[in-house]
Amino acid sequence: MRRWVLTWIAPTSLALVIVSAGVAQQDPIKIGVIAPLSGPVAASGNYVRMGAEIARDWINARGGVHGRRVALLVEDNKSDPKEAAGAAEKLIARGQVPVLMGAWGSSMTLAAMPKLEEYGVPMVVETSSAASITKRGNPWVFRISPPSEMEALGLEKYLGALGIRQADFMAVNTDWGRGAVTAFGDMLRRHNAGIGAVEFMDQAATDMNAQLTKIRSAGGDTLFLTTSVEQITLVLKQAQELRVARRIITTGGSSSPSQLVKQAGAAAEDSYHIVFFMPWFPEAMPDPNLAKAFVDEWTRRGNPFEGLTEGFRGHDGIATIAEAIRIASRAEPQAIREALWKVSLMGLNGPIKFEKDGPAGRESGQSRPSIFLVQIKGGKAALPAFLRK
Amino acid sequence: MEAFLQHLLNGLLLGGTYALLGIGLTLIFGLRNVVYFAHGEFYTLGAYLTFAAASLLRVNFVLAIAVAILGGSLLGALCERVLLRPLRGESIDTTMLVMIGLWIATQNGELLAWGGVAKSIPHPFPTAPIVIGPVSVAPLRLFVLAAVLVLIAGSHVLIHRTRLGVAMRATFQDRETAALMGIDVGGIHTLTFAFGSGLAAAAGALLGPIFLVYPSMGDLAALKAFSVVILGGLGNFAGATLGGVILGIAEELGAGYVSSGYRDAVGFVIIILVLLVRPSGLFARAGRVG
Repeated sequence: MRRWVLTWIAPTSLALVIVSAGVAQQDPIKIGVIAPLSGPVAASGNYVRMGAEIARDWINARGGVHGRRVALLVEDNKSDPKEAAGAAEKLIARGQVPVLMGAWGSSMTLAAMPKLEEYGVPMVVETSSAASITKRGNPWVFRISPPSEMEALGLEKYLGALGIRQADFMAVNTDWGRGAVTAFGDMLRRHNAGIGAVEFMDQAATDMNAQLTKIRSAGGDTLFLTTSVEQITLVLKQAQELRVARRIITTGGSSSPSQLVKQAGAAAEDSYHIVFFMPWFPEAMPDPNLAKAFVDEWTRRGNPFEGLTEGFRGHDGIATIAEAIRIASRAEPQAIREALWKVSLMGLNGPIKFEKDGPAGRESGQSRPSIFLVQIKGGKAALPAFLRK
Repeated sequence: MEAFLQHLLNGLLLGGTYALLGIGLTLIFGLRNVVYFAHGEFYTLGAYLTFAAASLLRVNFVLAIAVAILGGSLLGALCERVLLRPLRGESIDTTMLVMIGLWIATQNGELLAWGGVAKSIPHPFPTAPIVIGPVSVAPLRLFVLAAVLVLIAGSHVLIHRTRLGVAMRATFQDRETAALMGIDVGGIHTLTFAFGSGLAAAAGALLGPIFLVYPSMGDLAALKAFSVVILGGLGNFAGATLGGVILGIAEELGAGYVSSGYRDAVGFVIIILVLLVRPSGLFARAGRVG
């Protein structure tokens, strides 16, 4: 009997203990990601996912966070605010994620935000620009992308060099587009520049001739364009067809100059783009080595180069979350939220550190991202002449 | 005035393609009383087939469009034979649900096959616009307008001047009597679906190069097609043609002179007004379609 126990039960139970310990150790930390993987802005959402996957793999290659691997649970919000709220609920309630990253578009993020408060789960906002996101008093929101106001301030220093006297606006009819028009309009008014036509377009609209015809008659010298890269492509092509001779400046950092060169061709020439990552010259980024490594890894994976200006957001978002979990020492929503306030990290865009924003006592976190301006010249993204040394 | 002429020209170019979408749908509607939710998917299919032929197989641009139209027609016929024919005599709800299923399945199939990133179809036309007095227009858009006119004229001749057209119209009016007169009603059904779907694919093939190609592009197109059909009256060829042009111009002028944020609302306000004043469409004759 005794012998039987020794030969069978002991090794079996020992094996079970080892196996279960192994499972506990390998049970990954789940991070929820909400992104538009289908619908009109699907390209951007997929690039953010690719960037997030690189960050995940790098973290896991370094041994994970406190010895646990990081896993991403990605949910498609279909470029639709209604779906974004559902995606957040699904990830939190069914996926049991302690932290989220998302949800690309401002309207989608705003729709998902009440769910964060309901369940008490923090979310790192990687792309959205509408000011209201950090002003609503939702203490679970931490944004690493610049709101339109910060972007406008970033452009302010180049106003003299650009010489804008009268600007027209064209924006997607969402919280993001409307917010950008207000932010850039206010900044320009402070500098006594005139505001001409202000035109909006539906997110799925393809024919923007009516808006462009109005802008052509408005007679400004600069057109501020705020929308996804798909619509920017269409607007640039249609502006060329209608001979809308303007300096065009896109805002929001989602213009992907390389994709515009590919799809809009000559119509994209000379246009200016506010971007938050410059994959064409990683040496000019705040952390050149990190930028170079990311561009190399992105290319090695066969991801399209034009996605880099969007993909970096996914990396920075996941890196921020992993750092917060490391500081918190445990993957629980409340602990991660508290740790997010202590994060101080060098991301691809630059330093990430949250400041309080919004009504006192219920502040959201807002980082101060770096803002860059590039111009398409000779079919390539380049620094504008006045920025070249 | 300069802006008005440009708006009018833009509206005409847009309206032409709306007409093409509307004609295809109105024929199918008139024939089967099927709420053909998958119509927009043939538009998407036409665009993707053109992309595949012109960009991947490097086929000549015009030939690529022809391939797309042919592909759309064949699949339209297949859809009639495989999905709708077995449902003949079923309630309208059943066919409607099957059509919604087809719509969702094809759209997700496209997403799976092509990915969510928008594609751009290469075309041989110069990008510099042609300037005529106060208005300017891209050569590609003129080509599209010409192609739309040819297709509409061709459809008109087919429906009003050929034996096949007579048979189609007879079947629209009274299926049983047409069958008694020796018309192959089943064949007419298949042909009408092929024809209607081919026109939707043609619209997608022609608009794809102007705009971008992505899986959900058909949703907006289907919405416009339904609007055109409601405007022009069910099963009414001339109504769909004029309805398309009216909708295109109304949207364009609405966006130009009211507010671009309400662009689509302008079209729908017109439709509501039409439904209030002439419930069977602007150009409908009483008791035409059974």
